[in-house]
Amino acid sequence: AMDTDLSSQDRKDLDKFIKFFALKTVQVIVQARLGEKICTRSSSSPTGSDWFNLAIKDIPEVTHEAKKALAGQLPAVGRSMCVEISLKTSEGDSMELEIWCLEMNEKCDKEIKVSYTVYNRLSLLLKSLLAITRVTPAYRLSRKQGHEYVILYRIYFGEVQLSGLGEGFQTVRVGTVGTPVGTITLSCAYRINLAFMSTRQFERTPPIMGIIIDHFVDRPYPSSSPMHPCNYRAGEDNGAVYPSVEDSQEVCTTSFSTSPPSQCVFTVTKAHFQTPPPVVTDTLKVPVMGLAFSHQLSSSRLSYQPAALGVGSADMGYPVLFTGGLNAAHPHQLIGPGKEGGVPPVPSQPAHGTQADQERMCTPLDGVHYSAATPSSSEDTETVSNSSEGKCGSPHDLLETIFIRKVGAFVNKPINQVTMANLDIPFAMFAPKNVELEDNDPMVNPPESPETESPLQGSLHSEGSSGSSTGNTHDDFVMIDFKPAFSKDDILPMDLGTFYREFQNPPQLSSLSIDIGAQSMAEDLDSLPEKLAVHEKNVKEFDAFVETLQ
Amino acid sequence: LSCPLSTRCCAPSSAAPAMNCRAEVLEVSVEGRQVEEAMLAVLHTVLLHRSTGKFHYKKEGTYSIGTVGTQDVDCDFIDFAYVRVSSEELDRALRKAVGEFKDALRGSGSDGMGQISLEFYQKKKSRWPFSDECIPWELWTIKVNVVNLANEQERQICREKVGEKLCEKIINIVEVMNRHEYLPKMPTQSEVDNVFDTSLKDVQPYLYKISYQITDSLGTSVTTTMRRLIKDTLAL
Repeated sequence: AMDTDLSSQDRKDLDKFIKFFALKTVQVIVQARLGEKICTRSSSSPTGSDWFNLAIKDIPEVTHEAKKALAGQLPAVGRSMCVEISLKTSEGDSMELEIWCLEMNEKCDKEIKVSYTVYNRLSLLLKSLLAITRVTPAYRLSRKQGHEYVILYRIYFGEVQLSGLGEGFQTVRVGTVGTPVGTITLSCAYRINLAFMSTRQFERTPPIMGIIIDHFVDRPYPSSSPMHPCNYRAGEDNGAVYPSVEDSQEVCTTSFSTSPPSQCVFTVTKAHFQTPPPVVTDTLKVPVMGLAFSHQLSSSRLSYQPAALGVGSADMGYPVLFTGGLNAAHPHQLIGPGKEGGVPPVPSQPAHGTQADQERMCTPLDGVHYSAATPSSSEDTETVSNSSEGKCGSPHDLLETIFIRKVGAFVNKPINQVTMANLDIPFAMFAPKNVELEDNDPMVNPPESPETESPLQGSLHSEGSSGSSTGNTHDDFVMIDFKPAFSKDDILPMDLGTFYREFQNPPQLSSLSIDIGAQSMAEDLDSLPEKLAVHEKNVKEFDAFVETLQ
Repeated sequence: LSCPLSTRCCAPSSAAPAMNCRAEVLEVSVEGRQVEEAMLAVLHTVLLHRSTGKFHYKKEGTYSIGTVGTQDVDCDFIDFAYVRVSSEELDRALRKAVGEFKDALRGSGSDGMGQISLEFYQKKKSRWPFSDECIPWELWTIKVNVVNLANEQERQICREKVGEKLCEKIINIVEVMNRHEYLPKMPTQSEVDNVFDTSLKDVQPYLYKISYQITDSLGTSVTTTMRRLIKDTLAL
């Protein structure tokens, strides 16, 4: 009945507008989480292909996945299009950060002109989306991705699921546009309890209940490792932020369908990678304690509360990273836009190394309830085969990583400076600059161990290997999993135990830091000779001044 | 001080917005070096929503619209990033105005408080000898309070806090934009210059003007400088 007032041409136009609006919405959101600055050109002559008069590029994969998720349908009442943005750490923990929802409600505006007003309002709504995607917390996180975590996206169509956002999530409305068939609403629900994650967490192997946790595991990415320069392309003004078609031959997609099989399709883009692949390192769904901006938690010791074994991680979203030209000549060198060298180092041996690595990479695919759909794109040259066969495809392919790491502009600003930023933690900018004190703390940093054993390799044998390098001298510091009385045993406890762990070792005040004090004193001392020279020059004036006082 | 262009422009808008002109006020407290970036972030966000592609009129009264590009801008002194229209001309015009505002804030007679206004207006042609009217339809005012900080720690906190505040302002702006309240009708070719600023080569914002006021410590307005940034002035 509500359609009778709308001419068929208007109806067709409206459907087309909504469809392309949905696709552009996904592009804007995903591009805003790539970790780099977006730049497109204005063009005074209409090209005819720029929907809503806005220059929004179309990343082919993203459009493809959006279309797959929509499966020819349009957002309607009860059928919303959702873009889920999540974070995945190098250890494989993931956490939902945002859900962007494009919904339709029943409130119709019969009077509105489709081809004109609705179109322009949709354009305005996209502009609002551009603005809002930069102000939610995930934006800053995504700009700093690359080392310890990556940002992923997932598109689904149907009912909105907000339960993964944790308690107290907030909602921001981007805007609404009334149409004769309903009102389009665009909003974002985002997680707000983001606890500060320190590097300590990345060192820790996920413990199985009851096993002793050893705190002093060597870091997977030691801060002294050399950085490789990345090509920084964000400054180009040609608007070409995305890889050209030729680049995609180095990128291969593998599709997994999740359980339950709603129209959720994940594609994992793989590319060459240097370090031992950090992705999908274990079969446990290890919930992360969440991320938050907080100064005090710089040395928090969040420990894992692993879920029961066998709960497969169903969420492998798309890595929202696209390296602009993978260097074919040096397959182990990652090249991507980024201001500073923030790329993990090239290992001395090729990535397809030890037997242990191969086992590790295969294990998660076996243990997780994935079934591979046919590869989504026709240009797949190296398709990772179905895990149900028990194979991992060529180990070389798998070990050459599943994620493309991209370095955002904010990653590792001062490389040489020994600050928190150098420890490759998220929010390093926000942490107090006193990490060097942690280094002096024997509780925190054991004396140098003979070998750097990657915890990724060791985690399959967690009983003793993670502590093997430190020997007996640190038996005193081994702590059994801390379970305070009356503490909850939930997946994400934010309780007494957490609180205690977090605030157990507050960082020292930076004003008490010797380094900072010494630095400024050194500066003062350096400038003294200059100052004296200036004063000497003006000695006559000073004398005259003194005279006047007497 | 009066603007040297004032005799050639249309009559200055009164301090209070006219009827049917919606007015929005935003307030920020920033450090001196953050003034420019904070103002640009807000002004660019508003203008992003109030600019279209260039119109190209065809026969029979139809027109096509050019494409608006956008780009991310990172702030140096604030933990914040925003999106602006890709137009160097527009960016230059805003930077000029904001630069003058910042200098005025620093000048004597100011205790660091002032406000900068972005007004969108329509021109209504009048018969000779009356000058054309400028009828504002939307007025954005940003009240600024400049704070002085003692040490580096406070500055670091300020970077973050101002960044958070600006996020809130962007959300506020978007809320207003979403109300879909009055917008000038799309003009015919002969009327387009009464609604849009057609002087830029790549985008077409609605006609706007930027003005600012500095308050002295007594709270009164010491310096009122009206600066017109429109190119299309009317000759009497």
